Amino acid sequence: MTVTRRTKTASNRLQGRDGLHALLFLSPTLVIFTTFVIFPVFFSFYLSFHQWNMFSSQTSFVGLANYSRMLRDPEFWTVVKNTLVYTLGTVPLNMAISLLVAFMLNQKVFGKKFLRTAFFAPVIISPVAAAVIWRWMYDPNFGLVNYMLSFAGIRGPNWLNESHSAMFALILMAVWKTMGTNMVLFSAGLQGIPDTYYEAAEIDGAGAWTKFWRITVPLLSPTTFFIMVMSLISSFQAFDVVYVLTSGGPLGSTKVLVFYLYEHAFKFFEMGYASAIAYFLFITLIILTLLQIKFMKSRV
Amino acid sequence: MPPMKPTARTILHINKRTLFYLFIYGAALATLAPFIWMVLTSLKDLNEIFVYPPRWLPKTFHFENYARAFQAAPFGRYYLNSLVVAVAVTIGQLITCSMAAFAFARLRFRGRDALFLLFLGTMMIPGQVTMIPTFMVLHWIGWIDSYKALIVPGLASAFGTFLLRQFFMTIPRELEEAAYIDGCSKWRALWHIILPLSRPALATLAIFTFMGVFNDFMWALIVLSSEEMRTVQLGLAIFRDRYLTEWDLMMAGSVTATLPILVVFFFAQKYFIKGITLSGLKE
Repeated sequence: MTVTRRTKTASNRLQGRDGLHALLFLSPTLVIFTTFVIFPVFFSFYLSFHQWNMFSSQTSFVGLANYSRMLRDPEFWTVVKNTLVYTLGTVPLNMAISLLVAFMLNQKVFGKKFLRTAFFAPVIISPVAAAVIWRWMYDPNFGLVNYMLSFAGIRGPNWLNESHSAMFALILMAVWKTMGTNMVLFSAGLQGIPDTYYEAAEIDGAGAWTKFWRITVPLLSPTTFFIMVMSLISSFQAFDVVYVLTSGGPLGSTKVLVFYLYEHAFKFFEMGYASAIAYFLFITLIILTLLQIKFMKSRV
Repeated sequence: MPPMKPTARTILHINKRTLFYLFIYGAALATLAPFIWMVLTSLKDLNEIFVYPPRWLPKTFHFENYARAFQAAPFGRYYLNSLVVAVAVTIGQLITCSMAAFAFARLRFRGRDALFLLFLGTMMIPGQVTMIPTFMVLHWIGWIDSYKALIVPGLASAFGTFLLRQFFMTIPRELEEAAYIDGCSKWRALWHIILPLSRPALATLAIFTFMGVFNDFMWALIVLSSEEMRTVQLGLAIFRDRYLTEWDLMMAGSVTATLPILVVFFFAQKYFIKGITLSGLKE
C-alpha cells in the first residue's frame, strides 16, 4: 500500500513539474492560436449577426439579416453556381487524370523520376505566375492554346473574354495546376496495394483491365474518397487563380464564392455580411469533412 | 515449341510499350509546355511575340528583358520582402512547432490529449473564416502594411505541430531518460537529443512552409498597401494589371517569381513529396 501511494505522489509531483514545462513549451503556439485562430472563429460568428463597416466604431446587431440578405442576393446564387461548376469541372477531371498518371508511373518506367517531377512542377509554382502564363497561352490571336486547336481545325474562342468560355479556361488551368498533388497521393495509395494480389490475379489469367477494376479500384477507394473530399474542399476555396486569371469576369461568369467574400470584406468593407458568407463556407466544409470522417469510420 | 508465336507477341508488346511511352512522355511534355513557353517568351523581342503562327525559339536571346522588367518594377525589393517573410515564418514555425510537439509527445500534463485533439480540429477551420477578424486585430494594433502582418499570424501551425509530434513519438525515450538521470533539462533534451534526430521531419516542415509562404497571394493582397512592402506574388499580380500586353516583361517577371521555388523544389523534392503524403494521412 505504502509503496503504491508513494509512487503515486511521486508521479503527481512529476506531473506538476511537467505541467509547468508544458505551459512553457506550448505558450508561443497558444498565444498565436488564441489571437489568430480561436478568437477570430468566434468573433466572425459574432460579426455575422452584426452590421459593421470596419472604419466606423458603430456596430449594430441585425440578427439574421446578413444571412437572409445573402440568400436573397441573386449574385450570391450565381456565385454558388459558379463555384459548383468550377468544382464539378475540376475535381472529377483532376482525379481521373491524376489516377491515370499515378497508375502509369506505378510500374517500371524509364525516366520515372523526371516524369514525376514534370507532372508535379505546376503544383509548386505560385498561382500568380501560373495565371500570368496561362493568360498569355489563352491569348485569342497569338496564344498557344488556340494555335494547338487550329491543328484540329478548331477556331478557338477568345477564352478569357467570353463568358461561356472563361470558366472552361479556368477549369483547364486549375486541373493543370493541381493534379500533381493528387498524383502523389494516389501513388502513395497504389504503393500500399501488395504486389501479391496482382500476381495471384495474373495466375488466374486476369488482364490489365480486369486487374485495374477488380483490384486497384476497390483497394484504392479509401484513398480515392479522401482525395475527393480534399479536392472538393480546396476547390470551394479557390481564389488566387481566379483573381489573376479572370478577376471573376467577364460579367461575373467566373466569380466564385471566396472572390465574392473577398469583395464584400475588403472592397466594400461590409465585415458583417462577409462574415456571414465565411460562415456559409465554413458550414459547407464542415459537412464535407464530417461526411469523410463518417465514411472512413464505416470502412475501418 | 516453335518460337514463331512469341515473336509476334513480342512485337505487339513492343508496340504497346512504345504507345505507353509516347503517351506518358507526351503528357509530361504538355504539362511542361507552359513553363517552356514562359521561359522562351521571356527571351523574345515584342515583335517576335506577336506573330502567328507562334514561333518557339527566339531568333536572338533578349536577356535584357529581365533587366527591363527589374526596371519597370522593383522586383529586387519584392524579392527581399518575400524572402524576409518566408524565412521568418519558416524559422518561427520550426521553433514553435517543435516546442509544442515536444509537449504533446513527451510531457505529461492534464488535458493533454483533449488539447491535442482540439489542435487537430483547428485544421478544419478554413482561412477565410479567420481572415476578417485577423485583419481587424492587425488593424487595431497598427500592424497593417508591415512585415509583422505577414509574419506573426503564421508563426504557429497545427499541421506542423502534428507532423513533428508524430515524428518525435518514433524516437525511443531511453535516449532522453539516460540524459535526465545525468541532470539534463527538458530544453536540452529537445535541443540536443530530439531535434538532431528529427532532421528529415524538420526539413519537410521547413520546405512546406517556405514554399507556402513564398507563394502566398491572398493574405499579402489583403494586408499590404504600399509598393515597397509588396511580395513577389503581389508585385507580379499588380505588374500584370499595369503592363497588360508587354508579355516579354511579364514573362520575365514570372520566371523571376518561379525560378527560386523550382530550384528549391528540385533539390528538396523528397521532403516536399513526403509532406504531401503526410498531410494526406493526417485525417
